Amino acid sequence: MSAPLTASAAAAAIAPGARPATGFWRRALRHRSFVLGAGLSLLVLGAALLSLVWTPWSAYDIDVASKLHPPSAAHWLGTDVLGRDIVSLLLVGARSTIMVGVIAVGIGLTFGVCLGLIAAARKGWIEELIMRLSDFTFAFPAVLSAIMLAAVAGPGMLTSTTAIGIFQIPTFVRVTRGSANAIWAREFVLAARAAGKGSFRITIEHVLPNILSILIVQATIQFALAILAEAALSYLGLGTQPPQPSWGRMLNDAQTLLFQSPMLAVYPGAAIAIAVLGLNLLGDGLRDLLDPRLARER
Amino acid sequence: MSGAPLIEVKDLGVRLNTSRGPAQAVRGVSFALRRGETLGLVGESGCGKSVTALALMGLLPESAVISGSIRLDDTELVELPDKAYCKLRGNRISMIFQEPMTALNPMHTIGHQVAEPLLRHTGVSAAEARQEAIALLDRVGLPDAAKRIDAYPHQFSGGQRQRITIAMALACQPDVLIADEPTTALDVTIQGQILDLIAGLVEERGMAMILISHDLGVIAENVARMMVMYGGTVVESGETNAVFTRMGHPYTQGLFRARPRLGARKGTRLKTIAGTVPELADLPAGCSFADRCAIVEQRCRVALPAVVDVGASHGVRCIRTDVSMAAGDVGA
Ligand SMILES: Nc1ncnc2c1ncn2[C@@H]1O[C@H](COP(=O)(O)OP(=O)(O)O)[C@@H](O)[C@H]1O
Ligand code: SF4
Ligand SMILES: [Mg+2]
Repeated sequence: MSAPLTASAAAAAIAPGARPATGFWRRALRHRSFVLGAGLSLLVLGAALLSLVWTPWSAYDIDVASKLHPPSAAHWLGTDVLGRDIVSLLLVGARSTIMVGVIAVGIGLTFGVCLGLIAAARKGWIEELIMRLSDFTFAFPAVLSAIMLAAVAGPGMLTSTTAIGIFQIPTFVRVTRGSANAIWAREFVLAARAAGKGSFRITIEHVLPNILSILIVQATIQFALAILAEAALSYLGLGTQPPQPSWGRMLNDAQTLLFQSPMLAVYPGAAIAIAVLGLNLLGDGLRDLLDPRLARER
Repeated sequence: MSGAPLIEVKDLGVRLNTSRGPAQAVRGVSFALRRGETLGLVGESGCGKSVTALALMGLLPESAVISGSIRLDDTELVELPDKAYCKLRGNRISMIFQEPMTALNPMHTIGHQVAEPLLRHTGVSAAEARQEAIALLDRVGLPDAAKRIDAYPHQFSGGQRQRITIAMALACQPDVLIADEPTTALDVTIQGQILDLIAGLVEERGMAMILISHDLGVIAENVARMMVMYGGTVVESGETNAVFTRMGHPYTQGLFRARPRLGARKGTRLKTIAGTVPELADLPAGCSFADRCAIVEQRCRVALPAVVDVGASHGVRCIRTDVSMAAGDVGA
């Protein structure tokens, strides 16, 4: 039984990152912005999950008689102009926020990564076409495309989120193509081609796994951007429609009462800030933690 | 050692897109190899050795223009569609690279990477491929192959990794093996072991091998025939013994004088060939070595010198072999 022991001891001596999982978490828990970012993001996720099973009051019931109440034991953060409980609205709003992020990033990631991988694998005029198309989309202001889409499909969360997702495709295309091209230039890809692998297999087996960490980091940041964009669109009345609560809508509702009840704007504003800050810190943390140069000190 | 050649290259030319426009990276390379024969390609860095190798493998960038002919048995490889090439690579013609650190994918186990070509090119089952991979890793001298087959590349040393890439390249019993500076990135003490391993495998399996190196010593000890490359052309070629006995080209002579010698006192300056290998776009007209040659004449720059036979199948691409070979004892 001594042989496997020496073998693994030698392996451990050569590379401290031999068991990546444990090493990752040990370093992660010591990484300040990762911990803070993960904490804030989990807070938002927790709020959304909680709202599925419990909210202090219904977030949909209008009770004009008890409108604009200050914070109290019954309504911890008070009520809005329609008498809805702020805490409940924030909790349900977290759900919309996460939905928006998941759908928008889902669209951007799926299409963007596929196109970016194709561009890197195929080169030539296909790459040229994909990049010109994504430049074109990128040059189109997000809000404008959201307004146009809203004009066609009617305003609503799905419309605005789809518009945001489409707008995110070019970003993912660029990031994917850039990092995939770097992998294609690596010698192990040449070796894989020398071993007879085609471009599809190389993309799946060599390129994608090696750019995954970059994509994860980018997705985190795009998630935050999607949340901000949706809040802005909801604020403009193009996003989530009443009675569905959303943080952007809450801001929109609060603006007419900005001098009367300024806190109505502060709460959703703070919620958006927490989500965006949390995701950005998480992205930064992941960038450090997943960087192979730092992860595998040779 | 008889019969038709396994691989036959005729007047191979490669035109590449460089940052300064298209340029001829390789010109007029010809050779033929039968089973079990070995050929060395030697020259300083930037002389076109790797480009020649990649042309044989069909791995040059799409923008590269390849002329001439590369025949593997009866198949013409120039202009062969990539689909068909994929079936040959790793299966009939295989390549080992310089950097074992980077030639393996960090994300996959070594067992996966060695078994993979077997699974793709032959009809074996996953379990059989794994057994075969263990046997191969054992054969290339990886200690504890059966136990370490599920380890990742970063858990091995440079020499071990090169053994793994050799196993990978040989998995499907290729007929032709190209080894591009297989030991350049390795420790001197390990270089010999790896070269011996490759030589052993080549003999055992009757492969044809093209060994690329910038080191004349490596070539001298490992191949029967050699070609000296400079500026994309073969400036001297012949039996290794013949070339080392009577070096005909001023460049070969310069390489020989500049070789590092064991036992030389520390601090002794190496003799070097004056100047550096030109970039492709700066290659002089006529003889590509003209800018660095000590006995250059005006007529050297007029046209690419023809190959002069200076012995049995010993050719030199120089118009002044009468002068360059007169001294006779350049090696001393
Ligand atoms: N993909 C490429 N595109 C443009 N130029 C290249 C490419 N690959 C190699 N070259 C150039 O071709 C010349 C020969 O390179 P190479 O064959 O790699 O030399 P070596 O003999 O060191 O292997 C060099 O000048 C190099 O810069
Ligand atoms: S042809 Fe002229 S320049 Fe070229 S190697 Fe011979 S002597 Fe030198
Ligand atoms: Mg090279």
